[in-house]
Amino acid sequence: MTIQRDRRAPGLAVTDPGRSAGQSLLRQIVGVRELGIVLVIAVAATLLAFTTPAFLTSQNLSAVAIGLVTDALIAIAMTKVLISGGFDLSVGSVLALAGMVVADLLHRGLSPLVAIPVTLVVASVVGLVNGLLIAKVKVNPLITTLGMMSITSSLTLVISGGYPVSNLPADFLFLGQGSLWGVPLAVLLVVGLVAVADVLLRRARWLRLIYYVGGNERAALLSGIPVDVVRIAIYVFCSVMAGFAGIIATSRLGSAFPLAGRGAEMRVISACVIGGSSLQGGEGTVLGSLLGVLLMAIINNGLVLLNVSINWQGIVSGAILIAAVTFDMLNRRNRS
Amino acid sequence: MNAFLQMQAISKAFPGVQALRQVSFDLRRGEVHALVGENGAGKSTLMKILSGVYRPDAGQILIEGQPVTIQIPRDAQRHGISIVHQELNLFSNLTVAENVFGGRMPARGPLAFEDRQAAARQAQRLLDRFGVAISPQTIIRSLSLAQQQVVEISKALIQEARVLILDEPTSSLTEHEAAALFEVVQQLRRDGLCIVYISHRLEEVFRIADRVTILRDGQLVGTEAVAETSIPAVIRMMVGRQLADLYGQRAGQPQAVVLTVEALTSPGHFAEVSFQLRAGEIVGMAGLVGAGRTEVGLALFGALPVSGGRVQLRGAGRQIRSPDEAMRWGLAYLSEDRRNDALFFNMGVRENISVSHLARLSRLGLIDRRRERQATQFHIEQLKIATPSTEQKVANLSGGNQQKVILARWLAIEPKVLIVDEPTRGIDVGAKTEIYALLHHLAAQGVAILLISSEMPEILGLSDRILVMHEGRLAGELTRAEATEERILTLAAGRSAIPAG
Repeated sequence: MTIQRDRRAPGLAVTDPGRSAGQSLLRQIVGVRELGIVLVIAVAATLLAFTTPAFLTSQNLSAVAIGLVTDALIAIAMTKVLISGGFDLSVGSVLALAGMVVADLLHRGLSPLVAIPVTLVVASVVGLVNGLLIAKVKVNPLITTLGMMSITSSLTLVISGGYPVSNLPADFLFLGQGSLWGVPLAVLLVVGLVAVADVLLRRARWLRLIYYVGGNERAALLSGIPVDVVRIAIYVFCSVMAGFAGIIATSRLGSAFPLAGRGAEMRVISACVIGGSSLQGGEGTVLGSLLGVLLMAIINNGLVLLNVSINWQGIVSGAILIAAVTFDMLNRRNRS
Repeated sequence: MNAFLQMQAISKAFPGVQALRQVSFDLRRGEVHALVGENGAGKSTLMKILSGVYRPDAGQILIEGQPVTIQIPRDAQRHGISIVHQELNLFSNLTVAENVFGGRMPARGPLAFEDRQAAARQAQRLLDRFGVAISPQTIIRSLSLAQQQVVEISKALIQEARVLILDEPTSSLTEHEAAALFEVVQQLRRDGLCIVYISHRLEEVFRIADRVTILRDGQLVGTEAVAETSIPAVIRMMVGRQLADLYGQRAGQPQAVVLTVEALTSPGHFAEVSFQLRAGEIVGMAGLVGAGRTEVGLALFGALPVSGGRVQLRGAGRQIRSPDEAMRWGLAYLSEDRRNDALFFNMGVRENISVSHLARLSRLGLIDRRRERQATQFHIEQLKIATPSTEQKVANLSGGNQQKVILARWLAIEPKVLIVDEPTRGIDVGAKTEIYALLHHLAAQGVAILLISSEMPEILGLSDRILVMHEGRLAGELTRAEATEERILTLAAGRSAIPAG
């Protein structure tokens, strides 16, 4: 061991698996980017705690947590889309469509255990169309998903006739409104999913392929990676997650709204970029994206608590998005 | 005779490599001065310094005895130094005249409209000097490569060039076209221009140059009058060692056939290509750029669709539709284009190597990170990859080490057939010898290797047999004993093999 270590630069200790594994785990958990966001979140929360007494109440924090559930679910998938070098603008409209479809199926008397899987299949069709167009026909992801966003929102209006759907069965409402050990069920679900998704994205073989595809598509293909399959799977997964978010949203609100999910795509993409995903592809983690979602949620909550008109929220979130991308670009330029 | 231009004791280093060490070079009026050396010897670097693309670390440039500073390409142009690159830089959708004048079309009238007639007249006068029948109004696309080369040279001359650098001007020309180009060069020499002629074709050098300067590993070996030296003498100066030392020796004999290709055809790329590869054999594939060699490699690897023909791999017919399938049958392909086709630049050495065999490093779909790191470490040691750690980004490695990383990626799947496409392009001599030794080692272990290369010494030094391609077809096959640079080039140029002796 000592002989081997002598040959390398001092301090790197790459031959000691135990120590380097420990180091890299630490590095991955509090990677510079993630640590930075945690600090920003702490600062924002502290400021809010001092300026508005309502912020640090369990009622408010619980509301924030529930509020970010749908964004967090979509962010899990959007992270993968961005890592692959892609983009998905249709998530908000898929959320609305799935929320409406599940309500409609329940009204037709289907059990939630049937209605939910069927809804997810419907959502996956949108992703399949996105994926096929982007991977096989090579249509620009921005254009493809923008088109699907329009088609899907319109479809939701057609199905609903433009009216909300309420009067949903109680066992379905439990998903979004129930609690376990005093914590909202949906929040527990998101925490669990994020943890699993984060570990899998770092360790699962199939998810590593996404980094390769986003890093250099041609090289990935010539390394034996089925690039098209990976891409299609990512868009299907993204739509399924957006659909699941729609089901949760309908359950939590007790009604399906045809205009649900408006602006979700921008919030989620902003959150992912803040969390370290690169629009150039090849980089990003689920944990980072979740922290991004958390930061966006706290800022929005702060605006509400400080009595800033809801009309200002778009200006703030747009500015945050541009700031995050600018930071990403400058950071990239400094590195190269 | 006094030198018109002198480069004195020029040195230039790039990260990890001393490209030029105290090189001096001079040009006289009305001479063709050839610059020769193996790839990586420093020819291009020296000429890029002269044309203002790079700045030297040390040394100076004198024109007519006066020191000049050449910092950017514009400085070089101002001093009348023009370079015609190997790859032509023409706008194929514009006319000859428009290309010759570039952004500096002659203008007329108060609104400075382009004066097309004046442009055509001036361009015609220039073209007439070469005695080639090209009309200034012709669209570039419809010209032959040699004619385009003449346009490229005219472009340099319109800027009042006094020094013209030609970088491998004949590399994509037929012999007939090359002869026409030599006429042009002779004409320019009579007009008193200084011409630097970079080429690896020594026959050409001896045909048209007055003097020849030989570089090796960034150092000046010597400058000789062509009349007083010979091709073998120049080769000795270029190589500086016995060929066998550089390319190594191999133990073992070729064994059973592992790959049979029959009448393989890919429309627009190549047609009716047939050959066999044996275990333990290195087969060279030579040909000019664009002859379809890379495409054959890609097609065998499943990355380019084929319309006809059969591939037999390890005893059975195979349909290979994707690189994924090719890899499962024991095929690996090292791409000629590291940057675009092989490297994951934002990732580390570890991810770049394990991409080919993640399944073997995983358990239940999860990557065993400890095993992955150990495997990476093993490859780093085996191929002597110079990297501070398994996590080093490949962007920060030298070209030779990047190439070793990709070789490690392919060795990890233990291929039965390894296709290497320009395996030593753009890497230093040290890493080259290591890669040659590795190829010998693999062949000795029974791997069949198809070596696609444009470097003639490499093909001649490593191959047991040599396949030569010309315009998408196999033009011939030579055994190691039969093969000479001349015979390969004759086949590559599309002419039938000349008899031995």
